[in-house]
Amino acid sequence: MRLILPLSITFVTGMIMVLHFFVPHQPIKFLGDNLQEWYMIVASAAIFLGALNLMHVHFRKIKLKLKNWKYSPVTIIGFMLMFVTGLIYGVTAARPFDFMFMNMVAPMGATMFSLLAFFVASAAFRAFRASNWRATLLLTSAFIVMLGQVPIGAMIWDKIPLAKVWLMSIPNTAGQRAVMIGAAMGVVSTSLRMIFGIERSYLGGTD
Amino acid sequence: MASILEKLEKILEKLGNMDRRIIFILIALSVIIPLTLNLIFPNPVGAEPSRDMYEYVDALPSGSDVLLSFDYDPSTMPELQPMAIALVTHLMRKDINVVGMALWPQGASLGQEVMSSVADSLGKVQYEDWCNLGYKTGGGIMIVRLGSSMNAVFPTDRDNLSWDEIPMLEYISDLTSFDLIITLSAGDPGIPAWVMMAGDRFGVPVGGGCTAVSAPQFYAYLQTGQMVGMLGGLKGAADYETLVGIQDGQAVKGMAPQSIAHLVIMSFIIIGNLAYFTQKKKGGRG
Repeated sequence: MRLILPLSITFVTGMIMVLHFFVPHQPIKFLGDNLQEWYMIVASAAIFLGALNLMHVHFRKIKLKLKNWKYSPVTIIGFMLMFVTGLIYGVTAARPFDFMFMNMVAPMGATMFSLLAFFVASAAFRAFRASNWRATLLLTSAFIVMLGQVPIGAMIWDKIPLAKVWLMSIPNTAGQRAVMIGAAMGVVSTSLRMIFGIERSYLGGTD
Repeated sequence: MASILEKLEKILEKLGNMDRRIIFILIALSVIIPLTLNLIFPNPVGAEPSRDMYEYVDALPSGSDVLLSFDYDPSTMPELQPMAIALVTHLMRKDINVVGMALWPQGASLGQEVMSSVADSLGKVQYEDWCNLGYKTGGGIMIVRLGSSMNAVFPTDRDNLSWDEIPMLEYISDLTSFDLIITLSAGDPGIPAWVMMAGDRFGVPVGGGCTAVSAPQFYAYLQTGQMVGMLGGLKGAADYETLVGIQDGQAVKGMAPQSIAHLVIMSFIIIGNLAYFTQKKKGGRG
């Protein structure tokens, strides 16, 4: 029963959603629409679960004095501060939550992502080598795209942006399309395996 | 001559082992100096996907309804927020109704900031010319549900005002009510979800903006016509600002530091390669 019940639920819901795509009529439409709403409710509940898990992990880290535990109080205080402020004042515009979001969370988030530029520069310096003709081809393409992506490329030679657009539209698109088709076929086959109960790893365990 | 070459080799060897902190400082300076000097480079807009996006929006008649999804968070804000400002400015100048929403939790607040500030500057009224439905979880599945009923997913807007009380939503029932969907996407869920669920399934035109790193993967959608246009990275945002005619736009201002930073990174790659070949010539590991 522990195996048959989840497999049956997966099969029935999966088949309803497949039918919902091809048959936009009742009762399939009703069932499909409701399942979509259930999914949203479950996904919303997962956010609360994630928040609880975050707190659990950091309180445990402090309690056991695990590696880098000193950062955990910052996470907990930040989380609680935003949570309580949102709860008391609401999350609408021109409220303390909104002020804190725009003036604290937003600049800090942007700063974290901006650090990537430094690491990209350092990694490119150490690892981007024209060691063979394929690597040289990649390096040349990267230079053209980097120059074509900024106005200075057109200032150096007005054909550089055109070369960039060609690189992105033809060789890049060919490669991307192959990846996308491959990934899509993988998604379809995995979904079918799950619906028909062949793929069971999502149930946990080794069955 | 031989001694000069030897000296050059030694210099290259030293440069090849450059401390990463020097690289960090030079990158920081390449951004800080152009910004403090307020250096602005002219930004010509060629036959780019950003021009396609502009032309599609520009061809929409006044009174059209556009759904703008803010699918990003503060980490990608420097690239995507200028796009949002330029797009909302263009839409509102053309008297197009803008309905905002978000597939990312923090996108709702960022979208609110953009729409309210642009609307204030252009004298547009909330709930008549624009509104923000806020964030809903569910990604692609939620988009499919929007295809059958918008009201079911968003019974209220971000400020908890009931759907029925918002005048501009009177004639909006599902995704097909929109003339265009624009997604500003920093990852998943984002452009692929909108293209597959809204564009392919319900036939609503989809356009979008994304970070420069993720732009290459969406060129396939442009070639097949699954996307009407795309703004890729800060350059895409700068192109749109130029086309819309926004003076002192953030993205156009960002083009000079980005140009210099790209040149600096390219110089490092060249130096790294010269050092590599020097070491290789001497029989080193490289």
